Order: sequence, then C-alpha cells, then structure tokens
Amino acid sequence: MNKFWIVMSHTYFSRLKSKTFLITTGIILLLIVALTNFQSVMDSVGSDDEESAQGPKVAIVDETGQFITPLKEQLSAQQAELKLESYSGNEEEAKQAVQEGEYRGVLTLQTSEDGIPSGTYYTKQIAENSISGRLQQALQQVKVSVATEKAGIDQQTVNGIFSPVAFEKVALDKEAKTEEELSEARGLVYVMLFLLYMGVIMYGNMIAQEVAQEKSSRVMEILISSVSPVTQMFGKIIGIALLGITQFGLILLVGVQSVTANMDNLQGGIFTYFGLGDANTSTLIFAGVFFLLGYLLYATLAAMLGSLVSRTEDAQQVVTPMILLIVAAFMIAMYGLNAPETTLVTVTSFIPFFAPMLMFLRVGMLDIPWWEVGISIGLLIGTILVLAVVGGRIYRGGVLMYGKGNMVKSFKRAFQLSKKES
Amino acid sequence: MTLSLNQVTKHFGAHTAVDHLSLSIPESQIFGFLGANGAGKTTTFRMILGLMDTSEGSIEWNNEAIDYSKSHLIGYLPEERGLYPKLTVKDQLIYLGKLRGMSKQEVISELDHWLERFRVPEYKNKKIEELSKGNQQKIQFISAVIHKPKLLILDEPFSGLDPVNVEQLKQAVVNLKENGTSIVFSSHRMEHVEELCEHLCILHKGKPVVHGGLKEIKRSFGKKNLVVHADFDLSYLRDIPGVVSYRAVGEGCELQVEAEEVAERVFEALQGRGFVRTFDLEEPSLNDIFIEKVGASYE
Repeated sequence: MNKFWIVMSHTYFSRLKSKTFLITTGIILLLIVALTNFQSVMDSVGSDDEESAQGPKVAIVDETGQFITPLKEQLSAQQAELKLESYSGNEEEAKQAVQEGEYRGVLTLQTSEDGIPSGTYYTKQIAENSISGRLQQALQQVKVSVATEKAGIDQQTVNGIFSPVAFEKVALDKEAKTEEELSEARGLVYVMLFLLYMGVIMYGNMIAQEVAQEKSSRVMEILISSVSPVTQMFGKIIGIALLGITQFGLILLVGVQSVTANMDNLQGGIFTYFGLGDANTSTLIFAGVFFLLGYLLYATLAAMLGSLVSRTEDAQQVVTPMILLIVAAFMIAMYGLNAPETTLVTVTSFIPFFAPMLMFLRVGMLDIPWWEVGISIGLLIGTILVLAVVGGRIYRGGVLMYGKGNMVKSFKRAFQLSKKES
Repeated sequence: MTLSLNQVTKHFGAHTAVDHLSLSIPESQIFGFLGANGAGKTTTFRMILGLMDTSEGSIEWNNEAIDYSKSHLIGYLPEERGLYPKLTVKDQLIYLGKLRGMSKQEVISELDHWLERFRVPEYKNKKIEELSKGNQQKIQFISAVIHKPKLLILDEPFSGLDPVNVEQLKQAVVNLKENGTSIVFSSHRMEHVEELCEHLCILHKGKPVVHGGLKEIKRSFGKKNLVVHADFDLSYLRDIPGVVSYRAVGEGCELQVEAEEVAERVFEALQGRGFVRTFDLEEPSLNDIFIEKVGASYE
C-alpha cells in the first residue's frame, strides 16, 4: 500500500508542477473571470457612449407621419432600446446618412390604399437582425391596431384575443417534481453532465498519455520491477483524479467567487436557469457518486488502453473508441434532458458506460424507485471491478509489449504475456 | 542468498523462448549470461524479476519465490534504457529510490556519493533529456544500485559506453560484489565476461549450451589455440592430424588444435626448418567457445 501512495503522490505532484497544467488552469480561470465580469466590463466601457445609453439610432422616413408615434410607443412597451428619429430628408439622403454612419439604419414606411402600414429597413449589413426584428415586431403591432380599428373592433377585444392562454401543468404523483424543481434539476444535471464529459475526456486522455509516455521512454520496465502494475495503475488513476479535483475545485472556487461578486448582473440570467441557487442535497450527493464512478470506469479503461501502445502518438488513437462512447452517452443525455422518460434513456441508464450520465439524469429529473438506482450503481461498480482485474492483466502484459499491431491483436498478446501458464 | 532456476521454460505461443534452464547463482558472485540476440536472456531476466510468469519450472531466491515484497532487495538495469526525460536526475532518483523502499534523505546522500564517484556531481539538478546518452546510462546504473540491492540484474550494462566509463562501471560492479551483492549480467562482449565472471552460461535458442565455472569450461573445451611465428612457410602444418583450423597471419600462423598432444606433434614438425620466434600454446578464449557452441554465424 505504501507504494500506492508513492506512485499517487508522484503522479499528482509531477503533473501539478508541470507548465502545461499551470498554463491550462490559468487560462481557464482567466476565462471564467472574464465571462462572469463580461456585463460589468461592457457597461463600464460603453457608458460614455451616447448611442449605447439610448440604444442605436434609427431614422424613420414616414410619408404620412402618423406611424412614428405608435411605433415609438410599441418599442418602449417592449423595452427595446432603440432611438427613433424622424428624418426630414428623402429616402436617398437617409440611406446616405446610414452609409456615413450617422444612423444604424433607416426604416421607410409606406401606407397601402386601405391605410395598412408596410416598411422597408435599410442598413449596411443585414446579418445583424436584432434591430430589424424589433422594428418588425413593433410595426406588426401597429398594423394590427390599425387594421382592427378599421374593422371596428375596440382595443379591449383585441387585447383579449392576443393575450396568452392560461395553461398550468400539475403532476399527480406526490413525489414528482414541480415545474420549478424540474427546471432547477435540469440546470444542475446539465452542469454535471458537462463536467463529467469534460472531466472524463481530459483526464482519461491524460492517463492514457502518461502510461504511453512511460512506455515510450522505457522507464516502465524499471517501474514494474519495483511496484506491481496494478498498484501502479491505480496509483496513477487516483493521482490524476486528485489532480482533477484540484483543478475543478479551483475553477469552482474562482467561479463562485466571481459569480457572487457579480450577482446583480447575473440575477435572472444564466445563474437562475441552472438552478444552482438552492440545489437539492440528494441530487448533489448523487452527482458526486456518479461522477466518481464514471471517472473510475473510464480512467481504468484509459489506463488499460494506454498500456497497449508503445508511443505517445498512438495513445490518442487508441482512446478514440472510448471518447466516442462518452460522446454517445452525452448525446443521449442531451436528448434525455427534455425527454427523461423515454425507453432509450431508461434502458441506457442501466448500461454501465452510459449509466453515470443517464442514471444521474433520471435521478435528478424524475422520481424513480431506489432499487433501480441501486441496480445501476451495482452494475457500474461490478463493471469497474471487472475492468480493474482485466485492465490489471492487460496492463501487466501490455507494458512489456512493444511494436505496433492492431488493437485486437495487442489485446490478445497482452493477455497472453500476463498469463500464468500457456 | 542463492538464486536458483529449476527447469525454467517459457513459451510464447508456439515459440519457446527459454527451454528447461537450470542454474544456481551463489551469493557474492558475478554470473555471466551470454547469448546471441534473441537467445532468451532478457526473457530469463524478466522471469527472475517476476515481470513474467514461467510456463514451467520455478525460480527461487533463498528458497522463496521473488515477488514485490522483495523489490527493495533487487536492482535491475534493463537493456532498453529509459528514464523520465523531463524530470531532473534528483527528482527521478528520489521517485525510483522511494519505490525501492528508501527515504528521501537516504536517496539524496547516496546520490551525492554516486555522482561524486562517477565524477558528474553537476548533473544533480539537470533534466535527463539534457544529458548525453552515456551519462544517462550512468544515472540509470545509479538507479539500479542506489538502494544497495542483494541481487542485481544488469542487462548489457556496458553497451554504448566509452572505455573510461566502462572501466568506472566495472569497478563499481566489482565493489558491489565485494560487498555481498549477487550480480547477474548479460553481455555480448566476451572480454567483459571473461574479466568479471567466475561462472557463466551460454544460451542458444533458449537452451543452455555451456554452463559452469569459467576455468572448468575452458579446460573441458579441450581445444587449444597455438600461435607460431617463424621465418619460413608454415602452411604444411595444417595437414598434421589433430589440427582443426589454420589461419595465416602476418608473422606466421594461428592454429586450433584438438589437444595438447597435437601441439607436441606440431612442435616436432617444426624442428630443423629454421628459426621459430614464437611458439605459444594458449587456453581457448571465451570468444572461441562461444563461436564453436553458438555457431559461426554470430559475429
């Protein structure tokens, strides 16, 4: 056991001190700080700018002059920050003004015979459509009110027609999650799925690389003459896991700090959407459990695969099938976020390689019996144990094996090399 | 602390890498392992170290099987050299030393001693990738012996080193032996084996073809080398019965004879022909024995 700690701490500290790790973590932390402070940075930069205070200026060329006021009313009702200005010149002059940058765009309004307004919006590039979209929406409202007025329907009736229908969802199961709980859970599940996905790909790759590197530098033979391959394999896996916890911990710490500092700007935004404000404790515990098991499963697989190749260049190639497996699990989970009760999600939540993501998704979003979770976790632990035993054997044979061959052959050879008798 | 191999056999599929090898290596001895490439030397070492299991037979050290609980007593220098290229000499040896059961302080004081001995103390904080190949090999050697093993396995320890370094390493090996370490080493260089080993074994296609003490092996080989330098033509000597081979050299010829009596016959045949400057009967070299046993195809 003592040697396990030596391998683990060596793996942890040599990685922790490496430039690659420090730089990567630094960049991620900077990105997080930048993202969470985005709003305040933008505000402070743009506050002197007259345009941003009142919104972009748009010129209106209105033949009749009767639409600009209702249009302005509509826009202010929508809280759209647009500044409309009646343009006194003709259309060509207005377009010229847009080209010169005086206005963001120009909206010309026409009236048909029966008094219905129509508009044309001119701007430098039509790729940006947030302004034109708002204008269109406002004009639509104006058109409706003009048309209904003509038809002799009063404003009250119109509002009645257009107001949204009252519709409420109520779950009959007592334990089922309420609407708010669901959207909260969805946020948490989403975050956790993403973390698991990122974590497994990053650290799985790291493990495979590390093993292949020790093989390619041929230091492996000395290592396995002093410490058993299985101890070494798990020392490495746990060492990298600690590294991951350190890295994610730092990210979370800085993230939370930064988010709290910018609470006002983010209120009602992304933060509430993810429902991190007051997450359910049991969901958090399940998140931890499934994350840990998922990591162990994929890390063992990665170490085993890494031991089959003899050059770091090949490590990438050999973990590809594993990455595809994770991507598949992630895709199913993304689909499952909006349809957690489908058969596909239910079935895959019992398949060990998908279970960490999909069973967690079900636990987080549905009310499922404890024995289903139990079976899934049991299967997961069982698979990890089997993989550990098989992986240990493969690792033991694989680390002595050099040269190139296809994967199936390598598997067989590695197994043969580690056999007790043949 | 005797290492003994009993009928050790290793199959890889249909191929037999080691075939019923039995050896006994006593304490404080240097045992030489000779053999052509692919003769099964490295496989044998790996089985001794427990990196591979034997297909048949058993390996015992002091009447016990070797496993990881004894790894602090064993040192290993693999044929394929390798250390962590990005780590410094010090960090590297601290890690490897700890895995062999040493404390950090012990590693550092031993390391200083060894670096001093090999006259390279300035490498302590250098990365392995910055060192020359020969110096990397010295560090690798240190990593194999730093924990004062009782059993040391050296796979081709001197390959790729300049003569000065070979001498330093040889001296270190002899010192270790004097301090009670059993050493097994393999080499292609016959003169190293002749110089260092009391006992040796020549492997050919997994089978031990010669095995025993160096002196006995030479004596029982029978054939001897005869060097004759003379001013007259010596080519008629090849027709004397018992002369196995004849090779003309600048000053005369070198003969291989079946036994000492043949040498006497050659001596008589030389009488009255002229002046003989050299007549020298030598024990066969290990090289001769190796070629004879393993085949002339080996260079």
